[in-house]
Amino acid sequence: MAMLSFERKYRVRGGTLVGGDLFDFWVGPFYCGFFGLTTIFFATLGTVLILWGASQGPTWNLWQINIAPPDLSYGLGLAPLLKGGLWQLITVCALGAFGSWALREVEICRKLGMGYHVPVAFSVAIFGYFTLVVIRPVLMGAWGHGFPYGILSHLDWVSNVGYQYLHFHYNPAHMLAITLFFTTCLALAMHGGLILAASNPQKGNTVRCPEHEDTFFRDLIGYSVGTLGIHRLGLYLALGAVFFSAVCIVISGPFWTRGWPEWWTWWLNLPIWS
Amino acid sequence: MADYQNLFTQVQAVTHPHSGVAIDPRDMRERTKNPFLWHLAGRLGNAQIGPLYLGWVGLASAICFMIAFTIVGWNMLVQVNYDPIQFVRQLFWLSLDPPPPEYGLKLAPLKQGGWWNIAGFFSDGIDSLVVGAGLSAGTGIEHGHPCGLGICSGHLAVSGTGFFPADSHGQLVGGCAVRDLLASRLDSSLFDSIWKSFL
Repeated sequence: MAMLSFERKYRVRGGTLVGGDLFDFWVGPFYCGFFGLTTIFFATLGTVLILWGASQGPTWNLWQINIAPPDLSYGLGLAPLLKGGLWQLITVCALGAFGSWALREVEICRKLGMGYHVPVAFSVAIFGYFTLVVIRPVLMGAWGHGFPYGILSHLDWVSNVGYQYLHFHYNPAHMLAITLFFTTCLALAMHGGLILAASNPQKGNTVRCPEHEDTFFRDLIGYSVGTLGIHRLGLYLALGAVFFSAVCIVISGPFWTRGWPEWWTWWLNLPIWS
Repeated sequence: MADYQNLFTQVQAVTHPHSGVAIDPRDMRERTKNPFLWHLAGRLGNAQIGPLYLGWVGLASAICFMIAFTIVGWNMLVQVNYDPIQFVRQLFWLSLDPPPPEYGLKLAPLKQGGWWNIAGFFSDGIDSLVVGAGLSAGTGIEHGHPCGLGICSGHLAVSGTGFFPADSHGQLVGGCAVRDLLASRLDSSLFDSIWKSFL
């Protein structure tokens, strides 16, 4: 694999968390490291388990393959392989692979002397998954509350769980999460538009710099968050969206078991109205 | 390593606010004169607030917004018999609803969705004028236009909801409130009894 002329000086030794120099090498453009190996191990094992589970199931239709969690009667115990045990093993593999990937990012950050923002951000996504398949099932007392692994089946799960609470959009944390997701898209669209606009000036002009970018948004809304600021804003909006998604599902069940529209009656019943 | 982990600006450079790239002298009159620094904003991004370019499109969009906002708010006030306490109490449940499907794409009488048509006209007006303001700001400082166009396509997507035909149940036209959705049987049977005891 060809290496760019300046790339070699970034391929520095050290910075590993585990394994010292043993796994400190690159394969083509990819850094290996101890966590590269564990990533491959968990990802391969998990994929093989999914394939084996599919082979024992009724269909090879990609959309309909389903690895379901154990029946609620198994509670928080282990289930036989074909009755949810596979789902439990695959969950362990998934968390192992995601965690290894995050730690591999940490090692690369350490090599390059960078901050840990990327692995931290990825950890928030892992936290969202962890909430769905571990925290909430444990709080509710059965692995069966996790979502099934399958393209259509997990969509069914989302819809069913939503309707268990009558109207999930009344969930206050869900409201916050959606708002943050949409705002993330808005911020990225405006940032992307601004940068493309500045780098595609009208005929006869030179490429525009932050001075023009700032002026555009100050003229438009009176404030430009700035070159560093827009990336902080984007990161916080996106992480906030994922965080409140995790909150909105973990409070549905462990905290509130009735319809979410009903939750709002506290507002209508406040003593201040009378 | 710790130096790289900061999530907020810890040391701010304080200087004179920038008054913006110079534009056409006539347009410069439309730009406010006194940008200032706000320390807290500087913790996240730029500390500078302003200057703001209003211009006639900016002014028109502000007026359109106020008209649309007032129409919606006034209709909600009517629904609670101008009771300010109930207005705040029921605010989240109040809505200005679109015309029923029988009116098709025609304008409806004021009380059967006509106000919704008018409010929609003015809020679409805001959208297009914001695009206009974006374009004129972009033109003024000789940007390209993708930024304005980005907002514009969002605006079209929103307006597009008006083009959905009524389905066999006649329920999908411009639905915004819960009771206009196809699932209204479910919603009204489940929610109405709850709301009736409170509202």
